[in-house]
Amino acid sequence: MNAMPLNAWIKGIGFLAPGLPDWPTARAVLRGEQAYNSAASVLPAPAILPPAERRRASRVIKLTLAVGLEAAAHGAADVSTLATVFTSSGADGYNCHALCEQLATADRQISPTRFHNSVHNAAAGYWGIATRSMAPCQVLCAYDASFGAGLLDALAQIVVDRQPVLLIAYDSEYPEPLRSARPVPDVAGVALLLTAEAAPDSLARITVSPTPAAAETLAAGELENLRNAIPALRSLPLLQKLARGEAGGVCLDYLPPLQLAVDIAPC
Amino acid sequence: MPAVTPLLISSFTATTCLGQGLDALLGGLRESRSGLTPCAFETVKLDTWIGEVATVDDQKLPKSLARYDCRNNRLAQLGLEADGFADRVREGIARHGKTRVGIFLGTSTAGILQTELAYRRRDPETGALPGDFNYRTTHNTFSLGEFAREYFGLEGPAMVISTACSSSAKVFAAAARQLACGTIDAALVGGVDSLCLTTLYGFASLQLTSATPCRPYDAARNGISIGEGAAFALLERVSAMPAIGSLLLLGTGESSDAYHMSSPHPEGLGARMAMEAALRSAGLKPGDVDYLNLHGTATPANDAAEGKAVAALFGDRVACSSTKGVTGHTLGAAGAIEAVICALALRHDLLPGSPNTEGLDPSINLQYLLKPKSGRLRRVLTNSFGFGGSNCSLVLGVAA
Repeated sequence: MNAMPLNAWIKGIGFLAPGLPDWPTARAVLRGEQAYNSAASVLPAPAILPPAERRRASRVIKLTLAVGLEAAAHGAADVSTLATVFTSSGADGYNCHALCEQLATADRQISPTRFHNSVHNAAAGYWGIATRSMAPCQVLCAYDASFGAGLLDALAQIVVDRQPVLLIAYDSEYPEPLRSARPVPDVAGVALLLTAEAAPDSLARITVSPTPAAAETLAAGELENLRNAIPALRSLPLLQKLARGEAGGVCLDYLPPLQLAVDIAPC
Repeated sequence: MPAVTPLLISSFTATTCLGQGLDALLGGLRESRSGLTPCAFETVKLDTWIGEVATVDDQKLPKSLARYDCRNNRLAQLGLEADGFADRVREGIARHGKTRVGIFLGTSTAGILQTELAYRRRDPETGALPGDFNYRTTHNTFSLGEFAREYFGLEGPAMVISTACSSSAKVFAAAARQLACGTIDAALVGGVDSLCLTTLYGFASLQLTSATPCRPYDAARNGISIGEGAAFALLERVSAMPAIGSLLLLGTGESSDAYHMSSPHPEGLGARMAMEAALRSAGLKPGDVDYLNLHGTATPANDAAEGKAVAALFGDRVACSSTKGVTGHTLGAAGAIEAVICALALRHDLLPGSPNTEGLDPSINLQYLLKPKSGRLRRVLTNSFGFGGSNCSLVLGVAA
């Protein structure tokens, strides 16, 4: 079997992390043009949702809409036809806590809305309702390796289906007592709009292959802490190369001993 | 563009409320016997029927994997060790190498029961969870995938798909893509979902559970019977001339409703798109299909919407049934269990019936089978639809 190279063009990027509210800010920090200022993640109100849903939208829904729509706008993609790959270590941590807390009491009559919001694909479901996209939607989990798992499936879809794919990797925190068992500190997400063909406004071509090498770390201590603390930010070494417009290879954490070597060719 | 299908289904197994392994399931399908019983699970007090696997808690995980111990991983092990399936996987690993076998498993709730139980044992002073609670290896959605990876000592790619009740149908599509790209040479696919309070009380809160055994496509249907189960298959590339009788994955199709979190599109538009995509991927027309295994949960909305989609695409020319009356609705395991039911149907020329369904809904015009029957089967299609509007259809066939 001759392996097909897993490659795609990146046409848009969306980003949100503690102290880094969007891709232009993250890009400037990763290029060394701006200092990193530690701060809690700021989630914008999702204008795409009707006012009632906007008020009720949970943190993961606001997060995925923010980064997904930023990447789609950056790459001038029509979200209503876009296939998506969502990947995260967990779903809505507050909702999960509320359900477990109530189910441990004598009154187990949980709220139906809480129940349907408990599924791992809740954010993906709201994305579909908001964008009206009936295209295939994947929803993955691989614990700390979730970014790598999402990248593998998104690239395979590009190679096989030759259609644009929006990869949305995101994570959110739990409240106590689950927070002590899974100490993700805050929300963060990264979205990559991937296409099968080069376009005049493509940012870079990436090619992914397995490697046993160790993942690259970031020189800046605070950014390296974020990379380690939030699974979606295992993507930061790739984003740093993209921000700097650098060609070459970078190794990302996946499932040791299997890691992902990403070769980047800026356009 | 690489060809994604056909793929060889070189081995498969299923464990449901009918018992461990294929013989128990095949017997239930042949006799149209329901494995559902009145709910007496844990401390649950709900007027509903469930499909509980009797021997889950007798499973002991190997000492080296003790940290994965929870109902979901016990059920996973019970399922893997049925029908010699784990040995077939080990033979596959010997053929291809431990870095070349990928893991693609589906679950909706993984080991959340472990967390539900831990919340009853919180420290009264601090609220902390008990020290023996392990989030990563029981609660987390990937705990199932990591358990399987450790169980077989695999070092290839792995992912868990969690799209509610379509999860373990979509694993076939994701595995097929990686096989097509050549990142792996074989794939362990499947689904495991186990009973827990979240789903039992959750579906009850939505008024989607029935007080009687579920009656798919019945005019008087009034909800689901939640089940649990584990089903697995080993997928490999197929030679140009597969042996006659080989079971094949012929096509996969995925779509989204983009309509509502917990109700299907009323016209079944997303369902129809998934079936059309699966047929396109298999290079088949609706008339080429001999049997449809419906999602058929027995909620009023699901069966009405799916019925419209199936009727629009296949008319009443193709025999069909939902097997949820046999197994219950096993949620994230349903896609893989029903793919295995399709494999059994093809292997034994058996068209399953629909126990408990008595009076078919006259507003749904399908060739719906109440009783099982024998008939030559070459190609079958199975549907799985989930919360969030996630749809997946698979086409399976037998090599002639």
